[in-house]
Amino acid sequence: MNVRYAGKDEAKKKTLLERIHIDWPLLVVLLTLMTLGLFVIYSAGGQDTALVIRQIIRLGIGLGVMFVVAQIPPIVYQRWAVVVFILGILMLVAVLLFGHVGKGAQRWLDLGFMKFQPSEIMKLVVPMTIAWFISQYEIPAKTKHIIGAFILVMIPTLLISKQPDLGTSLLIASSGIFVIFLAGASWRLIGISLGLISAFLPILWTFLMKDYQKQRVLTFLNPEEDPLGTGYHIIQSKIAIGSGGLTGKGWLQGTQSQLEFLPEPHTDFIFSVFSEEFGLFGVLGLLFIYLLIVMRGLWIAYCAQDAFTKLLAGSLTLTFFVYVFVNIGMVSGILPVVGVPLPLVSYGGTSMVTLMASFGVLMGISTHRRLIS
Amino acid sequence: MVKRVSIKNHSAEANLFARRAFLTFVGVLVMLLILINNVYELEVNSYEKYQTRSNKNRIKVLPVAPNRGLIYDRNGVLLAKNKPFYSLSIIPEQVKNINETLDKLSSIIDISDEQRANFVKNSKRTRRFKPIELISRLNDEEVARISVSQHLFPGVLIDARLKRYYPFGDLTTHSLGYVGRINRKDLIKLDQQGKADDYKATKDIGKLGLERYYEDTLHGTIGHQEVEVNNQGRILRTLSYNPPIPGTDISLTLDIELQMIAKRALAGKRGAVVAIDPRDGGILAFYSNPSYDGNLFVHGISSKNYKALQNRNRPLVNRVTKGTYPPASTIKPFLGLAGLDNHTVTTSSKLWDPGFFMLKDGKRKYRDHLKWGHGWVTLEEAVMRSCNTYFYDLAYRLGIDKISETMAKFGFGESTGIDIYEESSAILPSRGWKRARYNQPWYHGDTVNIGIGQGFWTVTPLQLAQATSILVNKGNIFEPHFLAATHEPIFSEVVNPENIELDSTEDAAFLSIEKNIVPYTVNEKPPIELSNDNNWDIILEAMHKTVSKPSGTGFGAFKGTSYDAAGKSGTGEVVGRAQDTDYDATKISESNRDNAMFIAFAPFDAPEIVIAVAIENVAVGGGGSNAGPVARQIMDQYFASRKLSQTNNVTAKD
Repeated sequence: MNVRYAGKDEAKKKTLLERIHIDWPLLVVLLTLMTLGLFVIYSAGGQDTALVIRQIIRLGIGLGVMFVVAQIPPIVYQRWAVVVFILGILMLVAVLLFGHVGKGAQRWLDLGFMKFQPSEIMKLVVPMTIAWFISQYEIPAKTKHIIGAFILVMIPTLLISKQPDLGTSLLIASSGIFVIFLAGASWRLIGISLGLISAFLPILWTFLMKDYQKQRVLTFLNPEEDPLGTGYHIIQSKIAIGSGGLTGKGWLQGTQSQLEFLPEPHTDFIFSVFSEEFGLFGVLGLLFIYLLIVMRGLWIAYCAQDAFTKLLAGSLTLTFFVYVFVNIGMVSGILPVVGVPLPLVSYGGTSMVTLMASFGVLMGISTHRRLIS
Repeated sequence: MVKRVSIKNHSAEANLFARRAFLTFVGVLVMLLILINNVYELEVNSYEKYQTRSNKNRIKVLPVAPNRGLIYDRNGVLLAKNKPFYSLSIIPEQVKNINETLDKLSSIIDISDEQRANFVKNSKRTRRFKPIELISRLNDEEVARISVSQHLFPGVLIDARLKRYYPFGDLTTHSLGYVGRINRKDLIKLDQQGKADDYKATKDIGKLGLERYYEDTLHGTIGHQEVEVNNQGRILRTLSYNPPIPGTDISLTLDIELQMIAKRALAGKRGAVVAIDPRDGGILAFYSNPSYDGNLFVHGISSKNYKALQNRNRPLVNRVTKGTYPPASTIKPFLGLAGLDNHTVTTSSKLWDPGFFMLKDGKRKYRDHLKWGHGWVTLEEAVMRSCNTYFYDLAYRLGIDKISETMAKFGFGESTGIDIYEESSAILPSRGWKRARYNQPWYHGDTVNIGIGQGFWTVTPLQLAQATSILVNKGNIFEPHFLAATHEPIFSEVVNPENIELDSTEDAAFLSIEKNIVPYTVNEKPPIELSNDNNWDIILEAMHKTVSKPSGTGFGAFKGTSYDAAGKSGTGEVVGRAQDTDYDATKISESNRDNAMFIAFAPFDAPEIVIAVAIENVAVGGGGSNAGPVARQIMDQYFASRKLSQTNNVTAKD
């Protein structure tokens, strides 16, 4: 009922931004976060202007991708998700068979003219596919459909964890599971699943995790045991955060980062630099910005018109938050070190473009409104 | 069908989704609170702890070595200083092409293949911003050449570091000793003494002589520099600087001019000279020949150089304090004094010298140095002309117990307490000593030999000088010592040894005005009491005549001096001789030839200088003709420069 009227009202009131499918509140918050990120990168990267310029170029590319993706009506995803999903699974298999090895993991597929990371595409395609799968049936979803969806999630998750890329497989698994949860999986089922997961953990530890991943977990459990080895990163990161205090040491004044005691200060550990220089107040501000993004994303999901777009928007938003939580949790010592960047603040690459694409999808969902007759 | 169901349930579906979305939002808030709680824990509750650890990360405390105290002679001449030595290092980070730079450098200075290879080897295991040494010692010319074209060699550094330098080389080695690199043994010792912390930045430590004895005075107190470093230890800036306190300077009683004379007088001989100021025990001259250059040891002596020092002349032995010689006839004044004081002889008692002395058992003749004898001799004549027979008799009648008792009072048989550690106590024989050493009883024949300072008796030249000093002081005993005073330089501003300017004047110390002068307090021991104080004068007069009367054995050596000297010669037998054999230096091996000894003091009425000389294995003549002239040359110099300074003082007063 509401929807029909809303459709009519919107048709009248469409602003320019809406006409080009941009969700302006989301855009404003994203730009704020990006700008903040540039300042932190400048400090963390040893005040290297070139580094900041490269990040600006990447952000520009990311915004471009977001803009392009936002033009795509969600119905397209619904139609093509499964096809892309199958292609993606094939590519993941290909990566395992002939992938390009970088940093001890096999993540890249060399297409000759460019290197391509199929797991990034899967971050978008998996929630789309699961949302498509579940929205075909009635909601709340039936157990058999949920089990089917779960199997669909696990195929790419396991393939990616084999590369090994624990961080990405975790994000992909959670994106699928969020869809299932939002689709109304019964609490009984959720309880049983949690039980099964705890049973699965020892299997994961024994058979699936590589030595370096186990080491990370062990180090996480007791970083002080090996202060100059693997525990070094966590300890230095905690020192950076802790020594920031309430107000921080000031921009460019963080000794832990400026004197290079922190590992990878401008990528995975950028949060430590931020907290060292801006203190607890800075951290509260940063977390508030993330909260705004999550709130806007969930609002878009709430307002979305059909089950598919609701599930997709909700899942993408929550996955974004998982990035934030895992990254901050890991650098502040409550989660093991898995390579997850702080979204839109960390310097770099592919995952940022994927994130921007997912915001494009969100914007598309919020601006492509069909008239339902 | 499907579509219709979905439309029909649309509202329920939306409600379900809204509920679930709200739940996830609550979940997000909870997760955020967990993160905030954790960051709060780190940044507020544990702030102090992490603040401290962050500072510990970045702040390193570097120890800074104090400059070692300088050593001056009695006239303010610098005997030991700290001289900058230059080394060449390259910081690889600042050099574009290492090989090209090395080639360019070798066109200016010599770089051996070994140095080059070592450099390449070291550069592979050192961080690129740290300087790597290429040449450990540059001479002044090389320093100048590189300095001129410094602009052509970015990243090439000339490092200066202060090292001990002894400008007079071998003249002072046996007294000053030298410093050397702190080794494992030194470290253990420093640790035991609780001084290891103070030596953290120090490279060298006194190994011998005064450098070793006054190590604590000369060393100074360590300073600290707080620097900020990055994770690789690169120093970024200095946060605070607590400068080291340089070591205290010391002045000696030694006179470098007398050292020069001593060296010249002993040239080509093995022997030792020591001169003491009897008025306070200060050492005026202290020279053992042959000597060696202590500077060799400062940088670590090469095995080739060290081997060269181990020749048969044994330059490493400090003959003044570690050379033990039979005192020979130089001991006669002391024995005479013992005889007088124990009433064994009197000034007027006479002895007939037939040219030998025989014990009552008559088995062996103890010969005089005059085959035909001296005839009737008094004590005075016996000292002057060094009559052996008289002293054979005196010693025999005095007995070994009285002799060793009296001689022990003069310090024989024990170390003098001089302020260097290298000292032998030599041997003052006694019944107990012989029993302990050889497990044999004491024989009368042993006593007879003791009468002419032979047999078991050995002394060091220093002991001899000290005993003479006690004699001229009429029993007053001042411990011999080198130290005159300690003082801090007024310009105690510290040169950080890492940043010495290339053009810093190495002799800057000359300009500094000393402050806080602490004169050495002379150690006085309980004096020797005689039963009759006149006995001192009798013996001293006998020594006076030894030098001033033509019949005296020291007359030749001291003929025509401007000052009034006294003395006693001695000719020591190195090996015992069979009875009735004649000594002919040319017929026996060099190392078995006689030693020449001499003791002297002047001016006779108010002695200022006491000298003991020992010369090993002289070819011709004895103490009077070999050692006497050495003593005289030193005295000549002493009185000449005294006269000069007195004239100056008088002129200054006018």
